[in-house]
Amino acid sequence: MAMFRHVARVAWKDLRIELRSREIVYTMVFFGALLVVIYSFAFPKDARAVRGSVPGMLWVAIAFTGTIGLGRAFDRERENDTMRALLLAPVPRLAVFLGKAIATAALVLAVAAVCTPLLALFLNAPLFAHPAPLIIVVVLGAVGIAVIGSVFAATLLKVRSRDVLLPVILYPLLVPLFVAGTSCTAALVAEIPNFEAAWYWIQFLGIYDAAFLVLSIWVFESLVIE
Amino acid sequence: MKKLAVPVFATLAAVGIAASVYLVFFVAPLQFGYNEAGKLNGSSLFFNQKIFYFHVGHAFWLFGAVFVSGAGSIAFLKTRDPKWDDIASASTDVAVAFGAVVLITGSVWAKAAWDVWWQWEPRLTMSLLLWLVLVGYVLVRRFAGPSADRIAAGMAIFGMVGVPFIYKMVGQDSHPAAGSEGVVATLGPGMRGAFWLSVASFLCWYLALVISRVQSTRAERELRELRERGLDLGVLQ
Repeated sequence: MAMFRHVARVAWKDLRIELRSREIVYTMVFFGALLVVIYSFAFPKDARAVRGSVPGMLWVAIAFTGTIGLGRAFDRERENDTMRALLLAPVPRLAVFLGKAIATAALVLAVAAVCTPLLALFLNAPLFAHPAPLIIVVVLGAVGIAVIGSVFAATLLKVRSRDVLLPVILYPLLVPLFVAGTSCTAALVAEIPNFEAAWYWIQFLGIYDAAFLVLSIWVFESLVIE
Repeated sequence: MKKLAVPVFATLAAVGIAASVYLVFFVAPLQFGYNEAGKLNGSSLFFNQKIFYFHVGHAFWLFGAVFVSGAGSIAFLKTRDPKWDDIASASTDVAVAFGAVVLITGSVWAKAAWDVWWQWEPRLTMSLLLWLVLVGYVLVRRFAGPSADRIAAGMAIFGMVGVPFIYKMVGQDSHPAAGSEGVVATLGPGMRGAFWLSVASFLCWYLALVISRVQSTRAERELRELRERGLDLGVLQ
């Protein structure tokens, strides 16, 4: 029980800093909106083409904003060297990791919650034809990005070229997640939605998240040492 | 004994590769026609089929090398003994080279067999994504500074766990099958010798590269430590 309290406290600490400055949310949302505008010029806008390309647009936006948010969320711990304090705190490292991951997932979700309606609006895309499975798949995707991302953003904290290395490490590892996310979204926005396929990819993402959550819990302590 | 390892494996690899080139081009028959299942068994391949011996030879040891670096990374994170890290890192370096060969020769094969340079089917996709993880690993090692060994080890482990997901995520398999009904098992009698010889020679080649890489990393570390000791003692400036 104490464990959950520690996790909640670490996550709440991060979210409270964010709620006070709103730095990451504002910049990430603005960046996401810009991406949507660029998409609408870069890709054909007829209804048929939009159906085909909107899943990719959504997940590229999540990937880009996710990495930027991750890097920034962990940069904060570096600036005042608070990561060391966090790791020295008399709570299990696991609580620190889970707290950070939860806060990051919340940030990624906040941005996705803005980008998705914007995509639907600007491109007239039928993203909200079936909202429930779409929300599930985006949540699962955000959790996956936050879990794997938190592990590597934490290990990269002291590395000079962390901004370039974070995507270099993350994207190859996250490819299955993006493929599952885009395939699921594509199945949902298709003219005849394929719920069977969508459900398959949701299960796939669930297993993916679970496997990497367990792995992250297992290796976090041996990866993040100071 | 240890000093002999590299020259011995390098010589074996050189002789083996030369012999398998001879076998491949002068002894093994050309392949054309269909197999019993009616599947394409090289009718459009003809002379191009020769690249198979090098492609599969490298692919075998690409996956062997990835396994070695994964196991080495786990051992390194568990024990913190840099000798495991040396092995993992050397094996990954070699795996990047082998992976490049696999992808390029595979592309040549694909052009001949399917008339496209690239096709997104499971084993190609898996090899490509695996290769991207390996390249990422090498980049991390080079640019991540003092904690590079840990981060890279983590990346290797995460990459290994991701492999089954990658395999599951892509659809139909048009790649020549593996296993009891696969290409390797149904190779014509004249081709087997050339095939297994090339696989064995590339194993020797892999071992020679990895061992020499590990030895040079160790020598580098020893040199650095000696230098530091010399600086401490005031012998060096």
